[in-house]
Amino acid sequence: MNISLNITKTFTELLSGFLPESTANIGAMVIIALIYLAIFSVAGLFLVLIERKVAAWFQLRLGPNRVGPWGLLQTMADALKLVSKELTGTVKADKFLYNLAPYFVIVSSLMALSVFPFTQNFQAFDINIGLFFLIAISSIGVIGILLGGWASNNKFALIGAMRSGVQTISYEISVGLSLLTMVLITGSLQLSEIVEVQKNGWLIVQGHIPAIFAFMIYMIAGTAETNRAPFDMVEAESELGAGFHTEYSGMKFAYFFLAEFINMFIIAAIAATVFFGGWLSPFGITDSIPWLGVFWFLAKTMTLVFLMMWFRWTFPRLRVDQLLTLEWKYLLPLNLLNIILMALIVWLNLTIQF
Amino acid sequence: MDTTIKNSNLKSEEYFINMGPQHPATHGVLRLLLTIDGEIIKKVEPDLGYIHRSIEKMCERDSYQQIVHLTDRMDYLSSHINNEAVCLTVENALQIEVPERVKVIRTIIGELTRIASHCLWWGVMGMDVGALTTYFYGFRDREMINDIFEETCGARLTMNYNLPGGLMFDIHPNFVKRTKDFIAHFKTKLSEYDTLLTGNIIFQKRMKGVGILTKEDAISYGASGPVGRGSGYSCDVRKYHPYSALDKVTFNESLKTDGDSFARYQVRIQEMWESMAIIEQLIDNIPEGDYQTATNAVIKLPKGEFYQKVETARGELGVYIVSTGTKNPYRLKFRSPGFSNLSLLNHIAVGGKIGDLVATMATLDLVIPDIDR
Repeated sequence: MNISLNITKTFTELLSGFLPESTANIGAMVIIALIYLAIFSVAGLFLVLIERKVAAWFQLRLGPNRVGPWGLLQTMADALKLVSKELTGTVKADKFLYNLAPYFVIVSSLMALSVFPFTQNFQAFDINIGLFFLIAISSIGVIGILLGGWASNNKFALIGAMRSGVQTISYEISVGLSLLTMVLITGSLQLSEIVEVQKNGWLIVQGHIPAIFAFMIYMIAGTAETNRAPFDMVEAESELGAGFHTEYSGMKFAYFFLAEFINMFIIAAIAATVFFGGWLSPFGITDSIPWLGVFWFLAKTMTLVFLMMWFRWTFPRLRVDQLLTLEWKYLLPLNLLNIILMALIVWLNLTIQF
Repeated sequence: MDTTIKNSNLKSEEYFINMGPQHPATHGVLRLLLTIDGEIIKKVEPDLGYIHRSIEKMCERDSYQQIVHLTDRMDYLSSHINNEAVCLTVENALQIEVPERVKVIRTIIGELTRIASHCLWWGVMGMDVGALTTYFYGFRDREMINDIFEETCGARLTMNYNLPGGLMFDIHPNFVKRTKDFIAHFKTKLSEYDTLLTGNIIFQKRMKGVGILTKEDAISYGASGPVGRGSGYSCDVRKYHPYSALDKVTFNESLKTDGDSFARYQVRIQEMWESMAIIEQLIDNIPEGDYQTATNAVIKLPKGEFYQKVETARGELGVYIVSTGTKNPYRLKFRSPGFSNLSLLNHIAVGGKIGDLVATMATLDLVIPDIDR
């Protein structure tokens, strides 16, 4: 049997050998979901480890170096500890919503992963509205944060949650518009299509000036959407303690924490896919070997993840009103102008094609 | 809820939150009762007493040598300067002239203490506005000073190096060399502080025009130290009432007139440069001589009232002793800089956001044991 990288097709074919077609489809989905869940829970833990190592590197420290070789198993140990911890909560919390909140956050970030083309055809779910799906799914997470903050019956958590609501709703517009700018070139929302288009040059090169603007706006807004410094109003520790997850412990806290890191990965992965050619290798040097695309995709994504970590460990935090001023008075008008500029460039055929 | 939504007219209410006694931004057991309207601060009520140890009352029980050790525990970041304040008061009362060597060493260590304190302040200041990396940079440089202290005094934080009449012991042979090394090192690093934090646009937006304190208010609230000088109130005790060897050195009083958080920040950064200048003037010619003058084993102050003030890293520390001629003070009162500076907080933080309050409080550089004593 020819094992293709199209995993959905592979599993469906495998299962339909002994199951009716509809059951085989569902079975394949469940298997792929479980694989993704396993891979990205572990990947999230390693992102945490990378963050801690990068932070240590910035801060004249060594970082985790005790558990496993070079501290590689440190976050695993932390996760084990969090699993075994008691789940505490406040007395007058709204129990149902309080328990529901972490799942919103983690489910939304794990769902978003399904549409990324890791390499040619290696994609769980190739829908023609991929980019739209991503933006829609990633905004579900804020519901979880709002619920968690509200249901905790803690004023600090409430302030954090309200800040998060304001922030995510505002910056979602910029994320959406800056990606829309790039869609003007690709003419498609389907992520595999977007990567195909970039065989003539990465979109950041094809779209040159407006694309670079769009990338910068996207990175700023994306950082804000993941609630990371310098936009970590939500859990501004010097102001609000731990913000919206103050009252969460054990695995529920771990869900929030893991979701933050997977979200960071998603934001970087979208940028890698839309601006930097996804799994395409630079100048097509390894295009004949499709599975190497995974390497290029991850290399690009991790570079952008590092950029976001660099922001976090260098910049002070904005104030909540400055945060909104930045979005509504600067990024949004600039973004709208940028779309017009991009439209003109596409219309006049001024894009750079190789 | 039925009071907030009435006749479909949405009405918001003010609410209270307790910031502290366990809160990352209050740097100790300070409790702030905040009245907040959304994000805007309406009222700040500091609630003190969580670390009150009756130090002033304990002083009435102790001999003058013992009192010196208690003062370490007030403003632990300028412990040497606190010790010096008590020693100077006692020496003035007894009219003892301490050797020149003692004066110079006291001044050098005092200025090193100031730099160490400001390093720590800079670190936590950055942390309060969200730049976590500053913390480690500040601590790296403070560590070098602590190592110097450890070698000479045997302690890193509560040093107990002074005693009435001189110093506990002579400086370590490495002291001069290591201090010079530190100055050379810190001159390169202090510029790095500016690159990392001072020039950052987000930081400047957070600090400029926030927590404005006018000169008149600074004087009427009794602000001192960098808080007063950030508002243009020239109040450096080292300039106006020089003690120890400070009359032999030339330095500029760092003064800014803006009165906002950024001015207070700049004053402290400037003070670190000035402290280095003071040390450089003294370190090469520490006079030879004794490190102590002989005092009686039991010090009895003459009957009367004695006052001495010094400039700690936080401002003006006054020591007021009322003596009845016995071996204990009848009453001892510390005028601590932190207490007056904290009293400003409600005045300058109202109207700002929660983030502003934290940033403003950081520029006041509060040490809670100094306030509560």
